[in-house]
Parts: sequence; C-alpha cells; structure tokens
Amino acid sequence: MFYYLGLAAVLFSVGLFGVLTRRNAIGILMSLELMFNAVNINFVAFNKYIVTDDLLGQIFAIFIIVVAAAEATVGLAIVLVLYRNWRGVDMDHVNIMKW
Amino acid sequence: MTEYAFLIPLLPLLAFVLVVFFLRWNEKVSSWFSIAMILVSWLISVVVLIETLARHGAPYEAQYTFISFTNFHLEIGILVDALTAVMLLVVTTIGACTEIYSIGYMKGDRLFSRFFAYLSLFLFSMLGLVVANNFFMIFIFWELVGLTSYLLIGFWFEKKVAADACKKAFITTRIGDLGFLVGLFMIGIYVGTFNYGDVFDSVASGAIPAGIVTAMAIFVFCGAVGKSAQFPLHVWLPDAMEGPTPVSCLIHAATMVAAGVYLVARSMSIFVASADASMVVAIIGIVTSLIAATIALVQIDIKRILAYSTISQLGYMIMALGLYGYDTAHGHHSAGYVAGTLHLTTHAFFKGLLFLGAGSVIHAVHTNDIREMGGLAPKMKITTLTFLIASLSISGIFPLSGFWSKDEIIAATAHHPVLLILTLAIAFMTAFYMFRLCFLTFFGEPRDQQRFDHAHESPRIMTWPLMVLAFLSVFAGWVGIPWLHHGFSSFVYHGQPHHTEPSWALMIISTVIAVSGVGLAYLMYYKKSVSPEKVADRFRPLYTLLFNKYYFDEIYQKLVLDPVMAFARFMWTFDARVIDGAVNGTAWLTILWSNVKEWFDTWIVDGAVNGSAWVVKQGSNLLRFIQTGNVQFYGLFIATFAVLFGLIKVEIASQGYNWPRMTIIFLAGLLLLSLTSRAISAREKSRQNAKEENRL
Repeated sequence: MFYYLGLAAVLFSVGLFGVLTRRNAIGILMSLELMFNAVNINFVAFNKYIVTDDLLGQIFAIFIIVVAAAEATVGLAIVLVLYRNWRGVDMDHVNIMKW
Repeated sequence: MTEYAFLIPLLPLLAFVLVVFFLRWNEKVSSWFSIAMILVSWLISVVVLIETLARHGAPYEAQYTFISFTNFHLEIGILVDALTAVMLLVVTTIGACTEIYSIGYMKGDRLFSRFFAYLSLFLFSMLGLVVANNFFMIFIFWELVGLTSYLLIGFWFEKKVAADACKKAFITTRIGDLGFLVGLFMIGIYVGTFNYGDVFDSVASGAIPAGIVTAMAIFVFCGAVGKSAQFPLHVWLPDAMEGPTPVSCLIHAATMVAAGVYLVARSMSIFVASADASMVVAIIGIVTSLIAATIALVQIDIKRILAYSTISQLGYMIMALGLYGYDTAHGHHSAGYVAGTLHLTTHAFFKGLLFLGAGSVIHAVHTNDIREMGGLAPKMKITTLTFLIASLSISGIFPLSGFWSKDEIIAATAHHPVLLILTLAIAFMTAFYMFRLCFLTFFGEPRDQQRFDHAHESPRIMTWPLMVLAFLSVFAGWVGIPWLHHGFSSFVYHGQPHHTEPSWALMIISTVIAVSGVGLAYLMYYKKSVSPEKVADRFRPLYTLLFNKYYFDEIYQKLVLDPVMAFARFMWTFDARVIDGAVNGTAWLTILWSNVKEWFDTWIVDGAVNGSAWVVKQGSNLLRFIQTGNVQFYGLFIATFAVLFGLIKVEIASQGYNWPRMTIIFLAGLLLLSLTSRAISAREKSRQNAKEENRL
C-alpha cells in the first residue's frame, strides 16, 4: 500500500507544483487532472486495503473522473473567455482579484 | 332665611372676584357692585337677626364634611346664634357705611377699584369668621382677615411708612396667631374635633385635665392678643393708621380688631373652665386699657389718638370677658360677658364714626396733626356734630349708647375694687382725651390759616354714612338698658341669662367721672384756664414717657429686633462663608476631578481605542499584501495552510493541546506567507515595469 500512497503523494505534489507554478492556464488544468488522479489512486488503494467489503472507493473514483471531465470542460470554457479578453492564457495577467 | 346665612360672607367674595377679574376697569361699576353686595348681605343679616330673635337666640347650625380622615373630620359649617347674629349685623352695617364713605374718600385714587376689591375680600373674611362653626374655619378666616389687613394697611405701598406698617402689623399679629395655632393643635389632640359645641362639651365634661384647659385657653387667647392689639402685641395698631382712613375705621377700629374679643366671647366656655386663664385675660385687658389710655392723652396725630383709644376700649372688653370667666369659674354671677359683647357692638358704631369723622377732617385739611387744625366747626357742621356725638358716646355720657355698655363693664368690675378704680380712671382718661381731640380739632382759633382756608365740608356721600353711624351711636346701646328686661342681656349671654340689677350709685359715679373728664378738657383746651404746657412741664418725665408710648417700639427694637437682626447677620455670614464655601469648594473639587477624568479619557480610554485601531491598521497594512490578486498565489496560500493545519493536527495528536506553541506555528506561517507575498508582488511589479520599459 505504501507504493500506491507514495505514487499518489508524488503525483499530487507534482500536480500541486504544476498548479502553483505553471504560467499557462492549459498547463494548470492539466496539473489539476494530475491531482485528481492522485486522489483517485488514494481512493482505490484505500478501498483495496482498508475498506474491502464493497466497491465504494472505486465508484467514488469513477465519479471523480466524471466530475473532473465536467470541471475540465468548465475550466476550458473559462480559459477560452480569458483568451478572448487578454489575447493569451498567461496566468500572470489574471491578477485583478486584489486590494 | 337663616339657612341662607352662608350667603352673607359669600356675596362680598363674589364682589371681590368679579371686581378683580372683570369690573376693575370701570371704577363706578366696581365700587357700586361691591356696595350692592354688602347691602344685600346687610339685608340678610337683618332678617337673620330677626329670626334669631324669634328663636330666642337658639343656635342654628349646618355643616358638611370638608376633609375626612379615618378618625378625624374637618367640617365646614355655619353657626348662627345670638352673638353671631349681632356681629353679622354690626360688621355688615359698618362695612356698608365704610364702603359708601370710601367712594368719596378714595375719589381719584389710582387704585380705586382695587380698594373696593380688598374691602370686599376683607368683609368676606370677617363675615366668614363670624359665621364659622368650628375653630378650624375661624382660623382660616382669622388668617384671611390678617392678610387683607396687611393689604389694606399697605394700600399706599409707595409710602415707606405704610409699607413698614403693614409688615409690622402682619408679623406682630402672626406672633399671636402662632399661639392660636398651638391652641388649635391642643384642641385637635385633646378633643379630636374643632366644632365649637363638641369642644365646649368636652371641656365642660371635665374629661380634659385642668392644666391642659388653662394652657388651651391661654393659647387661644394669644390669637386674640395679636388680633385685638392687646399688650404686649399692641404696637402694630397705631402704625396701622398709615392705611387709608376707611380701612382704619372698618378693620382697625370696628371689626377686625374686634375679632379677638369675638374669639374670647365665642370660646368663653373654655375660659369659664379655667379661672387662671380668665385671670390672665382680665389682667391683660386692664393693663392694655390703662397703657393705651395714658398714651392717648398726649398724642398729636388724630388717627393715632383714636387708635390708642381703640386699644383701650378693646382692653375694656377683654377685661370684662376675662372677669366673666373668672367669676363664673368661682361660681359667681357676672355681667362681664354681656358687658363685653355689648361694648363690642356699641364701640363698633361710635369708633367707626370717630374714624370716618377723622377721615372727613383729614380729607378737608390734608394733615393728621391736631396742632395744625382748630376751629373747623363752622366749616364742617355735620362732621363736627357727628364727631361730638361719637365722643360723647365713647366718653359714656348719659343716655348715649356708650354709657350703657360702659356702665355694664363698670358693673362687672364692681366686686373687684382695684379693677373698679382702674376702670373708672380709664373712663376719666377716655373722656379727657376724646374731648381734648374735639376741642383742638373743631374749636378755638385756627392754628394753620392756610389749611383752615382750604378746609370744606365733605361731599354728601361721606356725610351720609356719618349720620347713619351717629344715629346708631346714640341708640344702639339702648338695647342694653338695664331696666329693659328682655334686652341685650337676655339675648346674647353665655350659659344662663343673667340680669344685672341697675346700680344707681355706679351710674352716677361713672357719669360724674365722664363729665369731669370732659370738663377738664374744656378747661385746658377751650377756656385755656389751665395751661396744658404747664401740666406737661410739671410732669415732664411722665409726659416724655407717654409721648414716646412707653418706649415699647424702642424696647422691642432692642430686645427682639436687634438680636434677631444680629443673628440674621451672623447667619448670613455663616451662609456666605461656610455654606457658600462648601458649595464652591465642592464645585472646585468637581472641576479638578473632571480635569483628571478628562486626562484619563483623552490618554487612556481614547488611547486604548485609538491604539487598538492603530494595531488593526498596522496589522492590516501588513496583511493586505497577501491579497496579491494572483490566483496561483491563493492556491499556494490554501495549500500552505492545509499543510500548516496538518502539522498542527499532528502536533495535537502527538503532544496534546498546547496553545502557545500552536499560535507560534500559526503566526510564523502567516508571517512567512505575508513576507513571501510581499516578495512576490515586488517581483511582479518589477517585472511589469520591465515589460512596460520593453514596450516603450
């Protein structure tokens, strides 16, 4: 189980790092997918080794994949809007939410 | 009609109210309306007297409860018996005459209507005093007559003497009234009701200790001493002559000063229960009478002579009443009560007449000083004639009314040799000073030609009341003729009617004495065969003593007023220094303390408020850089705190709650973040600047 969780943690960290450092909005969305998948791996691993009686974790993982797909759609729509407004998808320009 | 007796006082009250509020702008209407009201009262009084006569003096009483406490009731009611009926008629008669006379006397006065309003108010109070059926009511009206007396003495208040005189009268009578009030309290405490009949029954039943009855009687008598100007409170009455002459006539000769005598007569049942109190009354009466008569011998102010004469005659009445109480207490018969009340009646008429006559003279010559008069008889026939009638009456010359009443008084003193001699001596002095006054005023050579030339008879409206009163001065006393078996003595009496047998000896003696008094005055002031100056020189110290009225005013000044003033001054100093000092000191301390509090407020409270605001502001200044606007930075923020809370969770799991430590970790994280964010925004800025430079 250690390997599963380790893989998930590494994957999550890589995703988080990507989310926090990528300039490109598409890149950020991709990193987010990585983080989702890290969570999915966790669910599946816990379902396999800790709560074994039903397929709750696996079903939840499938739900997350579905929701992530929807989320990616919304995210891409936002990115499109961003592109129209700024003629680019550089997240450094998205800094109007401040004092 | 007797049941309408309550109207007798109320009609003048109506006149007062209407005149004060509606009629005073029209002098004619206000004066005649007042007179009409008192005339109606007079008519009712006549009917009431007739009905009371028909009832043989049986009392009529009606009352209703005014204030009710659990075991004590204050009642308002009227009591009409023989004494009341007689007094009502006397007061209304003199009141009507005086008011009519005032139309002439007060003509052209600035406050003409107000004068009539005051007179009406006085008549209301006086008549109310007479018809009252309990001590509570009589006290109220007692104070009301005191008030109106004050108002009327000070009617010409712009004259300082008048203003001083009214204060003196008010304060002096107030001393007596205080005693009266104490007497009332005693009645209230020991009897529990103020109704005359109940009080007298209670006293007569012997339920009250003798000492208490004596004290009660003396305290009630204190009121009479003040109001009737008896020694030692007689000093206010001569000064009260500063008021208009009709006021002197109505209030200070005929009616209000008689209220004290009336009070003693009314409460006679208390006095007969205490021989000691009655003795005090009689002694006060005779001392007053003697003092006043001797002073009147040498005075030069026409009204003051009459004022001292009034005091002297009131002393007579008081003495007669006191003697009645004393003799009755010892089981003897006495003519004192009848004598006192009869003299009260007759005196009201002839003294009222004397004052109105004096007013007529003053009206003509514009001075009160008899040294500046003289020889007025041919110019003022009616005044002279009526004045002479009144003088003869007061001197006790047969057969005028004064003779009969004075004779009764002398008869009452017959069993007390000392009093008898003093009474006769006073009678002699009375005759002497009255005719001294007459001769100096109306006969002889005019001593001030200018005033004499100006003198004239008064208008009809002033002489008519004189004539009415002259008629009464002659005949009013005839009801008291001793041969008359159903006269005054069988109508106005206390206890059982007592008929004194006429004494020829006393009548002759009193007539001789009166005539010799008149004769001496005739010799000294008309024939000038005895020089008054020589007599005065012979008895210079006595003359000076009398002329200065036994120095009563000066003695009171030294004994009472000066200590009071000194005490007042001391109290003023005390007030100014100590109390004001304390007050101001308190104020100073308050200001000081306020300053301290202001400092505290500014620096500590405001400091705390502003300080907290400053801390928040500075903290916000530091923290606002967290809000970079960069979404990724927010993400970092969230992630960092997730880790931070994770750490704290681990910390709790391993070491339990340790707040300082956790707070330090939390704050450290916050600080780290904020510094990072600053760094980030600084970098951002520089990069933007670089970009803009590039663009340029």
